[in-house]
Amino acid sequence: MSAAGIVAAPLLSVRDLTIGLPRSGGRPVSIVEGISFDVGPGERMGIVGESGSGKSLTLRAIAGLLPRGVEILSGRVEYDGADLLTMAPPARRALMGPEIAMIFQEPMTALNPVMRVGNQIAEGPRRHLGLTAEEAAARAVSMMASTGIPDPARRAKAYPHELSGGLRQRIMIAMAVSCRPRLLLCDEPTTALDVTVQLQVLKLLERLCVDTGTALVFVTHDLAVVNQTCTELSVMYAGHIVEAGRAKEAFRQPRHPYTEGLLNSAPDFDRPERELVAIPGFPADVTDRPPGCSFAPRCGYVRERCMHSVPPLREVAPGRLAACFESDRMVEAPA
Amino acid sequence: MPDRFRFIPARLLQSIPVLFGVTVLVFFMVHLLPGDPAVAILGQTATPDRVAALSHQLGLDQALWRQYLLFLGHLCQGNLGQSITYQRPVSGLVLQAIPVTLSLLLFALVLSLLISVPLAGLAASAPGRARDLGVRFFTLLGQGMPQFWIGIMLILLLAVNLRAFPVGGYGKTWPQHWYYLFLPALTLAIAMCPTTIRSLRASTIDVLASDYVGTARSKGAAGISLFRLHVLRNAAIPTVSIIGVNLGYLVGGALVIEKVFAVPGLGSLMINAIFARDFPTIQAVSLFVAVFVIVVGILTDVVYTAVDPRVDISKERS
Amino acid sequence: MTTAAVRASRVTNRPMSSRALKPWYRNATLIAGIVIVGFLALIAVLAPLLTPYAPIVQDLEHALESPNAQHWLGTDKYGRDVLTRLLYGARVDLRVGFLAVLIPFVVGSVLGALAGYFGGWFDAVVMRIVDIFFAFPFYVLVIVFVFLLGAGESSIYLAIAAVSWVSYAKIMRGELLVAKQQDYVAAARLGGLSHGRILIRHIGPNVLSQALIYATSDVVMDIMAIVTLGYLGLGIAPPTPEWGSMILDGQEFITTQWEQATIPGIAVVVTSLGLSLLGDGLADLLAPERRT
Repeated sequence: MSAAGIVAAPLLSVRDLTIGLPRSGGRPVSIVEGISFDVGPGERMGIVGESGSGKSLTLRAIAGLLPRGVEILSGRVEYDGADLLTMAPPARRALMGPEIAMIFQEPMTALNPVMRVGNQIAEGPRRHLGLTAEEAAARAVSMMASTGIPDPARRAKAYPHELSGGLRQRIMIAMAVSCRPRLLLCDEPTTALDVTVQLQVLKLLERLCVDTGTALVFVTHDLAVVNQTCTELSVMYAGHIVEAGRAKEAFRQPRHPYTEGLLNSAPDFDRPERELVAIPGFPADVTDRPPGCSFAPRCGYVRERCMHSVPPLREVAPGRLAACFESDRMVEAPA
Repeated sequence: MPDRFRFIPARLLQSIPVLFGVTVLVFFMVHLLPGDPAVAILGQTATPDRVAALSHQLGLDQALWRQYLLFLGHLCQGNLGQSITYQRPVSGLVLQAIPVTLSLLLFALVLSLLISVPLAGLAASAPGRARDLGVRFFTLLGQGMPQFWIGIMLILLLAVNLRAFPVGGYGKTWPQHWYYLFLPALTLAIAMCPTTIRSLRASTIDVLASDYVGTARSKGAAGISLFRLHVLRNAAIPTVSIIGVNLGYLVGGALVIEKVFAVPGLGSLMINAIFARDFPTIQAVSLFVAVFVIVVGILTDVVYTAVDPRVDISKERS
Repeated sequence: MTTAAVRASRVTNRPMSSRALKPWYRNATLIAGIVIVGFLALIAVLAPLLTPYAPIVQDLEHALESPNAQHWLGTDKYGRDVLTRLLYGARVDLRVGFLAVLIPFVVGSVLGALAGYFGGWFDAVVMRIVDIFFAFPFYVLVIVFVFLLGAGESSIYLAIAAVSWVSYAKIMRGELLVAKQQDYVAAARLGGLSHGRILIRHIGPNVLSQALIYATSDVVMDIMAIVTLGYLGLGIAPPTPEWGSMILDGQEFITTQWEQATIPGIAVVVTSLGLSLLGDGLADLLAPERRT
């Protein structure tokens, strides 16, 4: 169920996806457990969570780029109605570029160090759109220009190590949108950048998506980024989605204790005098989940029931989903 | 030339002191022998007359530093002395032998790449699985085989039993040369493979796990195009240095292999000269070999810089 | 790898590096190496007890026999039992191989360490000399030196020592260059310790492991050199049994008694295998963070 209750068919539909490490002769260790969400065409969804929450793995599972040893244990991932997981590899590869593209976190390591950046951008169009070398090169330069890279014709001949971090990330973005995909997956693309550059890159992403109607799935640990760029929000904790809904509403009134904790522990420049409150305890260990709600050991609203049963993700208000038995108490309590 | 290659003239200049040292070492070889060099050279056939004659011929009756300067002077003129065994200028003998050894080394290099690259790729594509362990075991075994023994085994299998290749010799025409050189080159290639495979395998595994290969896959790259565009060049970078070092070591191996297969290159020249106590030839070949290794070192740096655009050797100093 | 996957894999008995963090007795490579080398050393030491024949006594009536009941590996052209010579040859090759490492290890490491630690003109001179030696392929120099010094066991030690020390020097210099930047050295200097004490008691143990690991592969190289010298007729003088000269003798009869040239080579391969495994295992133990 899409968080906004959209009636149009979702572009991306994830159902009960479980990702983990299979173990020979034993139960597999699941890192991401049974998550479901939809992304409609043109929607911009942020997935927020701590390190180890499984948010990057979710993205990689959609893209088909899981690391060695990690597998999709169960679930469905549908793109435009077609099941990505059962698709033949060549068909799936044909989607990567023209339909689905991904932007990675660390542009220095995510770009081929021995290949000129122009050629790297041109690779997708050459392969998927059948452009000739010259056509693809010209397209690369125009893509670089549209991402705000100055002097793009000269820069196209450069190698990654000759460019600054911000420029490299713009190259990655140009590369990703070069075939005009309808879904853009972003794995913490601004985390490795200077703060001043972060804002520019975020604005660029937003503008590109709005102009071309591209859907965006943006994984980050930084709430401020989601606030800036995304319309929808999913919060992940210990491999589960614990809250989902429109981003602005979630920030105004969180419906899961973890989301509230994140908001309280993040600096708010509009209210600099507010005290930062850290979430007590340590992030959950996915291999050693407690029997009940994973967040229970750290939760300020915890009750007896929370320690024994896993709260399901359900609608607690129109367009708002939360996996918490005590969600309603959060609305009554003062913010 | 591009900035990155500006280091070449400087490197050449830096090699000069090493070259000087090499000439000193080579020169002093003769004098390392206990006693009078002329006596040592003549061995059993030494008589006072002969010793005196040889001493004079070799200039041994002069002061040591003068001899060295004479030696250097002759070198610069291209005069490597007279072979005691053949009574001909050594330079002629050396020049005849160089193309033979160079062909052998080139052939060996090509063969070793033909063997190593596929095997390393095979191993790296599934680390920890059977084919990886198999390749690694093969390299472990290969590292333990004496080079000359590999040659003898190849002779046994391919020359004696299958009669597919000759037991030794060099042939008369160039096509024949390559035919005769196949077994010795294969021997050297097999000897060189283990370190090359190890290095290439490790770097390929690293490359395959890298972020930029992930990026390439996210653009839909796979199989041959992935390999060609993204993996090959990156994986080759560390291996270039390894091959460069190996090549120097390989020359030493070629020495012995030429003896096993009776190939008339620098190696046979050297070994025969050793048994005949032909000092000028021993010195000349040693000198050439050292120069070759130094040149290979510089070439390796050039190739390395060409392959990896991040490298700027002028900024590094080991 | 993503954070979550890394953490999870650490817990599930599927460690990313299968050789890290295991105790020595669980390290298969090390155990295999110890077993092989131990076995070889054992049969070398017990050689006289394992065979009724003497290695150098000739028996021309029984020359060039194929493997049979009396001579499990046959006889060579002088009628000597091949198996016996193989066992006694192990004594020679193993002993010389191990001993040949000692001098270059000590001399090279000390010179390299001093060069790296003190730097300056000493470093420049030592490195220049090292460069000069490195310009010559290993075998070329060893063969020439053995020839110059006259064939025989002591010449082998001297020749190998004169040539191999440079590798140790280069390694130790590199190690010292890094080590002397470390905080613990600065702390020791500030504490008033002398250079000598720092080098021996503090830096020494930390850097020695690299030289030791290299030494195990150096033993393999030295055994190769000895066997090669034997094959060229420049090694241990006959009739002392030695694997290299056995191969040389065997090559004559390659068309009829191919075992003679093959078997000593196999002995070398097994020895090298054992030593390589031992070296790899040792490297896992002493410096696991540097493994490929």
